[in-house]
Amino acid sequence: MTQPDKPHINRSHLIKLLQEMIRIRRFEERCAELYTQQKIRGFLHLYIGEEAIAVGCNQALEPEDALLCTYREHGHALARGLSMAAVMAEMYGKQSGCSGGRGGSMHLFDNSKRFYGGNAIVAGGLPLAVGLALADKMQQRNRITACFFGEGAAAEGEFHESLNLAALWKLPVLFICENNLYAMGTALSLSESEQDIYRKAEGYKIPSLAVDGMNVVAVEEAARNACTSIRTAGGPFFLECRTYRFRAHSMFDSQLYRDKAEIETWREKGPIVQLTNWLRDYHQLQDPELAEIEQVVEDEVEAAVVTAENADFEKVATLTRDVYTGGSS
Amino acid sequence: MAADTETISYREAVRLALQEALRSDSRVFLMGEDVGHYGGCYAVSKGLLDEFGEQRVRDTPLSESGFVGAGVGAALGGMRPIVEVMTVNFSLLALDQIVNNAATIRHMSGGQFSVPLVIRMATGAGKQLAAQHSHSLECWYAHVPGLKVLAPATIADARYMLALALEDPDPVVIFEHVMLYNELAPPPVESDRLPMDKATLRRSGNDLTLITYGGSLPKVLQAAEQLSQSGIDAEVLDLRCLRPLDTTAIVASVARTHRVVIIDEGWRTGSLAGEISAIIMEQAFWELDAPVVRVCSKEVPIPYPEHLEQAVLPQPEDIVNAAKQLAGLA
Ligand SMILES: Cc1ncc(C[n+]2csc(CCOP(=O)(O)OP(=O)(O)O)c2C)c(N)n1
Repeated sequence: MTQPDKPHINRSHLIKLLQEMIRIRRFEERCAELYTQQKIRGFLHLYIGEEAIAVGCNQALEPEDALLCTYREHGHALARGLSMAAVMAEMYGKQSGCSGGRGGSMHLFDNSKRFYGGNAIVAGGLPLAVGLALADKMQQRNRITACFFGEGAAAEGEFHESLNLAALWKLPVLFICENNLYAMGTALSLSESEQDIYRKAEGYKIPSLAVDGMNVVAVEEAARNACTSIRTAGGPFFLECRTYRFRAHSMFDSQLYRDKAEIETWREKGPIVQLTNWLRDYHQLQDPELAEIEQVVEDEVEAAVVTAENADFEKVATLTRDVYTGGSS
Repeated sequence: MAADTETISYREAVRLALQEALRSDSRVFLMGEDVGHYGGCYAVSKGLLDEFGEQRVRDTPLSESGFVGAGVGAALGGMRPIVEVMTVNFSLLALDQIVNNAATIRHMSGGQFSVPLVIRMATGAGKQLAAQHSHSLECWYAHVPGLKVLAPATIADARYMLALALEDPDPVVIFEHVMLYNELAPPPVESDRLPMDKATLRRSGNDLTLITYGGSLPKVLQAAEQLSQSGIDAEVLDLRCLRPLDTTAIVASVARTHRVVIIDEGWRTGSLAGEISAIIMEQAFWELDAPVVRVCSKEVPIPYPEHLEQAVLPQPEDIVNAAKQLAGLA
């Protein structure tokens, strides 16, 4: 009865996936520029190279589902439908930002999208995901909580505690491990005895799968199947997406720990190049159409920058607002 | 400029201290996240992996509770581990090992086991890293019997305190404020080496005492300079060691100046500033000419935008205003 959801691999859907990935890529490239101009400060962690995961997984999620992400969450926010203007304003620390400017790049939130944040404590989001899913289960709501994290999180106790709880209590959590092979400068081989991260889930009796995280169609299909499994069987699912971060960990990283050649090899397999080439090879994408996509995206990014530039900073007078609900400290 | 070559940074001072420790005692090893191949999240340990190899400069997985606990175990087993936790915020994942194991084992075992462990971590705000990377929780650790807590605020202390901590038979937590790493000073010399657990005067004065520690010291010295231009001669007491507190030095300074401002980047409620104030009330009440004043961080999680972050933190102007008011000049 429960046929796994087939991905919509018709042309218009593929073009949509491509456009969403390009949208994230161009947004972040602009953010990197703005960082060097000191418009964006603090830590800035770019998702460049990993876009297929946020975009692919989002295809399988419904508006009532919840998302939790890490500090590398610009792509997830945009894919989830947070407005680019609100995300950019947040990067600037402006009041019109999606977190009112208080959070910045690492702490994007949007209640209306059930987007429960960028969490900058590695593995900090997993227990929250368990709790959100528990609340859904206890209130008989048929929703999924999707939780994104890097492979670095797999070494934390919270990772293991969360997987166990989710499995034990049969909670509807979709765990999505974005395995980009490095946690800051520490290679996976230097940090894990079992480097197939998805196999860790087996120890908790959670169905799991590794997928090519550079292939957006494969990610979408895997995420749809995972969601079907969660919605029908009730318990969690663990998806490991194998990917690579093309840029530095953050803007402070001089990348002493890996070769340029390694980065280049991965760039060739990048999710945007891959899909563009595929569409071209099958004559599904002409240059003018691609140029138009790029133009639309560029206009959106520039408009977001202008909005952010013109937005106001919060006044210091309201600094202590929202320490507690309904008032100041 | 010739002068440039004759200065070293706080960061380099910590690195020299680590290098010296690793060279001089084969029981010493450094472990933590990204201390090796990445070079340290604040570039403190850059180059040490090349010199000492992977056994003694160990990159750990993201497992704060695990590797801090392993540090406790290695210390029990006869090693002299230096464990680096990237920031105090992340140390909360290891709080159990620090508070329930490192700090208790000596006492709990009836004095049979000591834990000669050094834990270093970055602390403090000022880099717009928002509410999960910027807090000052030194006070939490200073609350715990069994621990010693250091806050090197100068390049000389950054250079020499580590060795003192390693000589200590008990667990020592060292806080390095992120805004100090780029501070520069002439290379410290042996005579700059002060005892581990004594406060020191960074400036003498007669009119009032400014008590502080860690990352606030440069701001306090700046404020003292401004105050001197207004005719207020402020003394600056750097606590250096937050547990045990050098009560004698605090009381002695109060007895000289009779007025005190405490500057503390922690939140005011339940702060070290509150503790120091209580000590003064208990031990130097009759020396006071006016109530103790505290300049602390505003009670909010640290916000991202620069103007709000700075509004949270004690600023030189806040210190100057508080001091002027105390001296009856405002
Ligand atoms: C508990 C905790 N420890 C350390 C850090 C510092 N830190 C931030 S990101 C990071 C690497 C995480 O790698 P991974 O989970 O693989 O995610 P990626 O950054 O590769 O997306 C580290 C060590 C942190 N934020 N939280």
